[in-house]
Amino acid sequence: MPAITRWYVRTSMVYLIAALSLAVLLALAQVVELPKLLQAAGPVYFHLFLVGWVTQLIMGIVFWMFPKYSKERPRGREGLAVATYILLNAGLLLRMLGEPGAAVSVSPLWSWVLVLSATLQWLAGMLFVANTWGRVKER
Amino acid sequence: MPRLSTWFIKASLIYLATGFTLGALMLANKGLRLDPVFWRLLPVHIELLLTGWIVQLAMGVAFWILPRFQSSRGDVRPAWAAFALLNGGLLLVAAGTLLGAPGWIALAGRLAEVAAVAAFALNAWPRVKPIGV
Repeated sequence: MPAITRWYVRTSMVYLIAALSLAVLLALAQVVELPKLLQAAGPVYFHLFLVGWVTQLIMGIVFWMFPKYSKERPRGREGLAVATYILLNAGLLLRMLGEPGAAVSVSPLWSWVLVLSATLQWLAGMLFVANTWGRVKER
Repeated sequence: MPRLSTWFIKASLIYLATGFTLGALMLANKGLRLDPVFWRLLPVHIELLLTGWIVQLAMGVAFWILPRFQSSRGDVRPAWAAFALLNGGLLLVAAGTLLGAPGWIALAGRLAEVAAVAAFALNAWPRVKPIGV
């Protein structure tokens, strides 16, 4: 298993724990009064689960297991896989801060945190598609 | 990788790119509060990523790697039908939701998606077996 796949897979497991822990807090908010910060965390939960866990795990495994791109570059451009990892996780972490921040504060800082988060995650998706497309081929 | 898997997986990558684009537009709009109309993208964003990306990728990879009969993947016609039904259904649901079309369009799309999964299972079910059987 390549080093970057280990990063993807291990990080995805951390996100799964974080997502389910947040789900516990969201359930707790139904029974006791919790800060407004948490009430805005629903979308964060879904994205930690589906982007941080599911999509990130898929990305790591695809980079490892899909057919070889070429003899010289069997997994395509490894730099793109590293960039995807960094962009995806930076974008997700910014979202974790930006969503609750924007819910409790009127500061424009949080608006731009969300815009930056959107841009980084979008770039991650595009780089993953670009690096994977050439490896989806008939034998 | 068999030809059908390349179709499933390339389609799933297209939906990933499209779904991420819609998601990024909505998240940026949440920050900048440009126009509430962006929120109409939410059901399509969810549909493209859950069904178009994750379910479709799983089908493509399963068709590729599930155990075979000797060298055959069994009757592949239901699996091809699954590809057509899944994508037809998905596009009907997405377009119907986005354009505010009559409810029967989304209903037809959902029925096509269920039929897709049933057709896929027709091919995959007997392939879920011990090696050498």
